[in-house]
Amino acid sequence: MKNAKGTVIKYGDNVDTDVIIPARYLNSSDPKELALHCMEDIDKDFVNRVKPGDIIVANKNFGCGSSREHAPIAIKACGVSCVIAETFARIFYRNAINIGLPIIECPEAAKAIDENDEVEVDFDSGIITDITKNKQFKGQPFPEFMQKIIDCEGLVNYINSGKN
Amino acid sequence: MGMTMTQKILAAHAGLKEVVAGQLIEADLDLVLGNDITSPVAIHEIEKMNIDGVFNKNKIALVPDHFGPNKDIKSAEHCKCVREFAKKNEITNYFEVGQMGIEHALLPEKGLTVAGDVIIGADSHTCTYGAVGAFSTGVGSTDMAAGMATGKAWFKVPGAIKFVLKNKPAKWVSGKDIILHIIGMIGVDGALYKSMEFTGDGISYLSMDDRFTIANMAIEAGGKNGIFPVDQLCLDYIKEHSDREPVVYEADPDAIYDETIEIDLSTLKPTVSYPHLPENTKTIDEAIKDDIVIDQVVIGSCTNGRMDDLRVAASILKGKKVANGIRLIVIPGTQKIYLDAIKEGLVQTFVECGGVVSTPTCGPCLGGYMGILAENERCVSTTNRNFVGRMGHISSEIYLASPAVAAASAIAGKLTGPDNI
Repeated sequence: MKNAKGTVIKYGDNVDTDVIIPARYLNSSDPKELALHCMEDIDKDFVNRVKPGDIIVANKNFGCGSSREHAPIAIKACGVSCVIAETFARIFYRNAINIGLPIIECPEAAKAIDENDEVEVDFDSGIITDITKNKQFKGQPFPEFMQKIIDCEGLVNYINSGKN
Repeated sequence: MGMTMTQKILAAHAGLKEVVAGQLIEADLDLVLGNDITSPVAIHEIEKMNIDGVFNKNKIALVPDHFGPNKDIKSAEHCKCVREFAKKNEITNYFEVGQMGIEHALLPEKGLTVAGDVIIGADSHTCTYGAVGAFSTGVGSTDMAAGMATGKAWFKVPGAIKFVLKNKPAKWVSGKDIILHIIGMIGVDGALYKSMEFTGDGISYLSMDDRFTIANMAIEAGGKNGIFPVDQLCLDYIKEHSDREPVVYEADPDAIYDETIEIDLSTLKPTVSYPHLPENTKTIDEAIKDDIVIDQVVIGSCTNGRMDDLRVAASILKGKKVANGIRLIVIPGTQKIYLDAIKEGLVQTFVECGGVVSTPTCGPCLGGYMGILAENERCVSTTNRNFVGRMGHISSEIYLASPAVAAASAIAGKLTGPDNI
């Protein structure tokens, strides 16, 4: 899997899918349109400051609530290269893998990394490097088959590729 | 090694004698569900797959309940997409407006969910069917697409928390109060990745509607599923609604649980969740002291839009008037519930007391339509989430409560309990 590298945008506990993409925008499923409203109810400025490659870091239970796949789709369409969190809500976790948005659980990294730090994630080893702080953390690498799904940019491509 | 009820169902559907927590398995699916928000994304994905049709047209349920009846042109296009997919693939269980209801109230009523099933749904509240002894869990649209195509899904076998419910709850304490109490106790990630297995003699005092409400909100504690043992009440319910034979699984006596939590139901009080997380609970006695003045009351949703819910609300509202300036919105969960509520005179009670009665829809629960909140408005709601902006403006507030507390609050114009009006 390709490494992720970028600037950190940081959030707290229990970032729910209603704030990641509010239901009032779910009458669309177009990733570009969803990306325009990503994080709107928790951080109005997010869409203006997010740059391709940026990494979201959050505390526990990221992506809790609704099963809407529109949430990881919106984050991915904003150009976010990885989400690091203490823990993820389980449906968000599945959805992120299934659409090919790299995510990684690492409580130590989630606590230590600050907004605007430069961070690199090596998914094969699970090593998270905070370049700004010159610190390394060990996250949980994905089981092999999940890595393959993300490599294929999602479950559907993975199934089509015949690699399963 | 002993298995939990959930693990036994999963093992049987994976063709394995035994599974352990943490194991990755592939399980056969008895039902795949989607709604008008999640299905279009799934349909788009399935169209990209090199497959010919769906795995089984009788084992897919499509319910356009979130923005249906169509709230605007874009939603209408989504519902149309689902309708056309259902027609093309001859999906047996597509429910058009008129037959449609809120999915998790509708499917058990239609007999599509029975004990022993493995069910996935592209809706987080799919965990509701644990009330009939099924393993059911919410997934996203891509999992739904893969499920529709192959009839299979991968799962990580969950560990479990065992909740031993003891004794009889007091008069106004419902399934909603029990699950809010539990979420308040363990937190919104207290059961993350785990099963919530409910047991104990207290279950015999809970109606099927109470059990649906409890299983429904397992996701609000982060749970993978919530599940009840199959007793005679449950078997009678399944027999009344379904032609399918239930398969009854029981947890092994030596099943391994991560934790066991005992709850004496007789000590519980009506419970309310304050903004903006379901874990922010207070008993109604504490909440009354806060003098929370409100603007709206919603009674409905996949959590609390069933007959028991409407009956208890109507029993409190009968012969009374909602407080001046309060908007009371009642949403029966399905067409059958709507009709039964008319026959029992409940709809008349709601209208006479100054409420409105909506066609079945998820509507305001997710901030869709039919009761959106303006800036700084407050709502007492029987729905399941009180996140920031969930029902409207980001400064609006939702207080989650039982139908009894919601009805009493509508009369009082502020958050209160049924014993205080």
